[in-house]
Amino acid sequence: MLESIWFILWGVLWAVYFMLDGFDLGIGTLMPFLARNETDKRIMYNAMGPFWNGNEVWLIAAGGVTFAAFPTTYAVMFSGLYTALMLILFALIFRGVAIEFRGQVDHAGWRNVWDICLTVASFLPALLLGVAFANIFQGIPIDEAGIFRGNLFSLLNPYGLLGGVFFVLMFLVHGALWLAVKSEGALHARAVALAGRLWIGLAIIAAAFLTATWFYTRLYDNYLQNPLFYMVPIVLIPLGTVAALVMIRVYIARGHWWRAWFSSSGVIVGATLFGVVGLYPNLLPSNLNPAYSLTVQNSSSSPLTLKIMLVVALIFVPTVIAYQSWVYRLFSGKVQENDLLEEEAY
Amino acid sequence: MDALLLSRLQFAAATFFHFLFVPLTLGLSVLIAIMESKYVRTGDEDYRRMARFWGKIFLINFAIGVVTGITLEFQFGTNWAQYSRYVGDIFGSLLAIEATAAFFLESTFIAVWALGWNRLSAKAHAVTIWLVAIASNLSAVWILIANSWMQRPVGYVIRNGRAELDDFVAVVTNSYAIHQFVHTISAAYILTGFFVMGVSAYHLLRKQHTVFFGKSFRMALNMALIFSIIAVVQGHMNGAKVASAQPTKLAAMESFWETRQSAPQYLLVIPDEKNQRNHLEWGAIPGALSLLAYHSTEATVKGLKDFPEEDRPPVTLTFVSFRIMVGLGVLFLVLTLIGWFKRNRLEESPRFLRIMLYSIPLPYIASEAGWTLAEVGRQPWVVYGVMRTSDAVSPIAASQVMVSLAAFVVVYSLLGAAAFFLIARHARRGPEPAPVAIVERRD
Ligand code: HDD
Ligand code: HEM
Ligand code: HEM
Repeated sequence: MLESIWFILWGVLWAVYFMLDGFDLGIGTLMPFLARNETDKRIMYNAMGPFWNGNEVWLIAAGGVTFAAFPTTYAVMFSGLYTALMLILFALIFRGVAIEFRGQVDHAGWRNVWDICLTVASFLPALLLGVAFANIFQGIPIDEAGIFRGNLFSLLNPYGLLGGVFFVLMFLVHGALWLAVKSEGALHARAVALAGRLWIGLAIIAAAFLTATWFYTRLYDNYLQNPLFYMVPIVLIPLGTVAALVMIRVYIARGHWWRAWFSSSGVIVGATLFGVVGLYPNLLPSNLNPAYSLTVQNSSSSPLTLKIMLVVALIFVPTVIAYQSWVYRLFSGKVQENDLLEEEAY
Repeated sequence: MDALLLSRLQFAAATFFHFLFVPLTLGLSVLIAIMESKYVRTGDEDYRRMARFWGKIFLINFAIGVVTGITLEFQFGTNWAQYSRYVGDIFGSLLAIEATAAFFLESTFIAVWALGWNRLSAKAHAVTIWLVAIASNLSAVWILIANSWMQRPVGYVIRNGRAELDDFVAVVTNSYAIHQFVHTISAAYILTGFFVMGVSAYHLLRKQHTVFFGKSFRMALNMALIFSIIAVVQGHMNGAKVASAQPTKLAAMESFWETRQSAPQYLLVIPDEKNQRNHLEWGAIPGALSLLAYHSTEATVKGLKDFPEEDRPPVTLTFVSFRIMVGLGVLFLVLTLIGWFKRNRLEESPRFLRIMLYSIPLPYIASEAGWTLAEVGRQPWVVYGVMRTSDAVSPIAASQVMVSLAAFVVVYSLLGAAAFFLIARHARRGPEPAPVAIVERRD
């Protein structure tokens, strides 16, 4: 029971991380396509400036919770996906430093270097996180000792790459919509137009990914085998995700940017939870032999640790959500050109 | 080279680099919070300008602290998978608590502070930097509880082929952690004090912004003086803690080979690790080592030769780092005491100011030496007496680690250079213009 509660929390933490950092990664990737001049770029930096660091902590929390609640999964997952994870970590280093350092020196060459770092270092994690999760859905080659028998290239299989593209598109739409919320004028118009076009790509890839999931993974088994138990998730998650995808379109057409962005958040959270529910009770299925899979039972911490951590989570996660919401509200206004005159602006 | 050695080098490089930035975050957040509180209380614009000037350096430093911390969090899984599996029940939860209780708070409110100068009232703005200061020091509490558990494991049972949590309160109240926390925080505040004094000395020597930097200098001096005293006094208690928890580390840091009752402390020792003896032992203070370690001049101190060879840490490195740290600790105390007597006529003592300027790197060296002592002296154990480092490593190919280690070295060198350049540039530039100008510009 405790293990299952932690499994849900584990999924929720990853989902929240993707939802929040997703728009930063999207904006960073879109920078060269949307920004026409220095002002546009600075508006884009300032649109994520107050949030990126707080968003990234959800990744640290998701990693920390994996370590605390499912230490064996933490050990096998991160040592198995060694090179992919290192690439993500180095990218996150460059991205964070690019955002913080770019504005420190008033010199075009300096800024260009960091702009390139930002774009590459935003695209790469988006892609690799998708590849990693698709491979987890599909199962990875772990043997009975929990040793990973593949390499970076075996992760770049068709289904893994499709998952990567799916994540990238989700984050791009999400980022474009965030920019639509936060900007004005021509930049805003370009962001809206691009969000609309990317949406078509996202809808197609989402359909392709869901279809491929049928053939490459066993995620649907859970939904089919336990119709009663999964009644609620079945109704809520896949249908909700599809509905959210449609609503993005509707809200773009009506010009409701905040609602469009929330719908896009719904897509990201829904897609993540859809996969996570389908995985249960596995955290890391083995495609060599299902008996080698790491599950909530065979990879979890002791009941005492799970209990203590549950108390910690029940206290702190709502507190964090409360103060982060306050911060989002504090900085919810559009980034205007005269905001850029402030010395502390990015 | 095998995956074990490479992983150790990589972990060492990553933590050492992280800890170049951590202490300044810990100390400067508190110092800035004090400056802003003074501004709120007195309305003296100088304090607001001080918070802004030092704050900018703080933000650059903080950014590197954050990005290098994230790689550490995941390296336990990537490189120390067997370790993570074996002790995750305890160690993992401490890291997770650190993230949820402290990292969220500091990373969220640092942005509010940095960008909130015109959005919040002066009081609310000061509250945000206090939250950052409290959160970063709180993060130190949790990570040091985790590290202390590796130094002195408590509150666990070996069950199901791993260490499982048995008594959470015992883990959190580990006496080792209390010493480690006080000592590390003192080190951080000393480092911050010397950093701020050094930068201030640079400007005072040039007779620019003298009021501004005079105030900064004196605030930093108070901080450094108080914590230099604490570090030296409490450092010795730390030694006693080590003696009881890790007798091998004590013997190594003293390069003490033969078991003796009433062991002396030598003023000068040159270890000869290969032949298991010392080239030179000079200036014995009778019974002093026994007294320091066990509070009695009569006590017996066990020498390295009485431990099996496979349980002994590298002696020379442990020994040298200890001496460097202690030597510098005494120097800091002397310098801050001199500073205390000169505090009201700093500009008349250019020689002292120059010494303080060139002293900026010293607390960095002392801190890194302290961690070398703590971590290398714990070897060959990763969890003292419970798990050997050689059993902790991930089952991964050495080539993978070779590539990532090379990447760490290259990327961190670039980052270090960029951070140094930016901090030095900003420090040299001095504060923003006088308050009148600011008010005009805002209107
Ligand atoms: C005594 C203090 C101390 C020590 C020994 C360590 N750290 Fe640290 N860490 C901090 C004190 C700190 C801090 C003061 O809270 C930092 C430094 C700069 C900063 O921004 O926060 C931080 C940042 C930081 C972050 C980014 C947090 C954020 O986004 O706000 C992570 C993930 C870690 N650390 C993880 C680690 C790990 C896994 C360590 C062990 C090897 C470690 N740190 C050693
Ligand atoms: C920030 C200051 C720290 C520094 C400079 C530091 C330094 C080092 C060094 C030099 C080693 C390698 C020792 C050797 O192999 O001979 C090491 C190992 C290790 N340290 Fe630390 N450490 C720090 C903090 C921590 C903390 C806070 C933790 C845990 C909470 C930690 C966990 C470990 C682990 C798991 C190893 C295993 C690898 C090994 O023993 O080689 N370290 N550290
Ligand atoms: C002269 C007085 C000092 C003494 C007697 C002393 C003693 C010690 C001892 C015995 C340890 C090892 C603890 C362990 O292995 O866990 C230690 C660690 C350490 N020292 Fe010192 N120290 C002194 C001054 C300083 C100074 C001035 C600094 C830095 C500015 C410093 C920074 C550190 C750090 C960062 C550690 C590692 C963290 C820890 O284990 O607490 N020390 N010190």
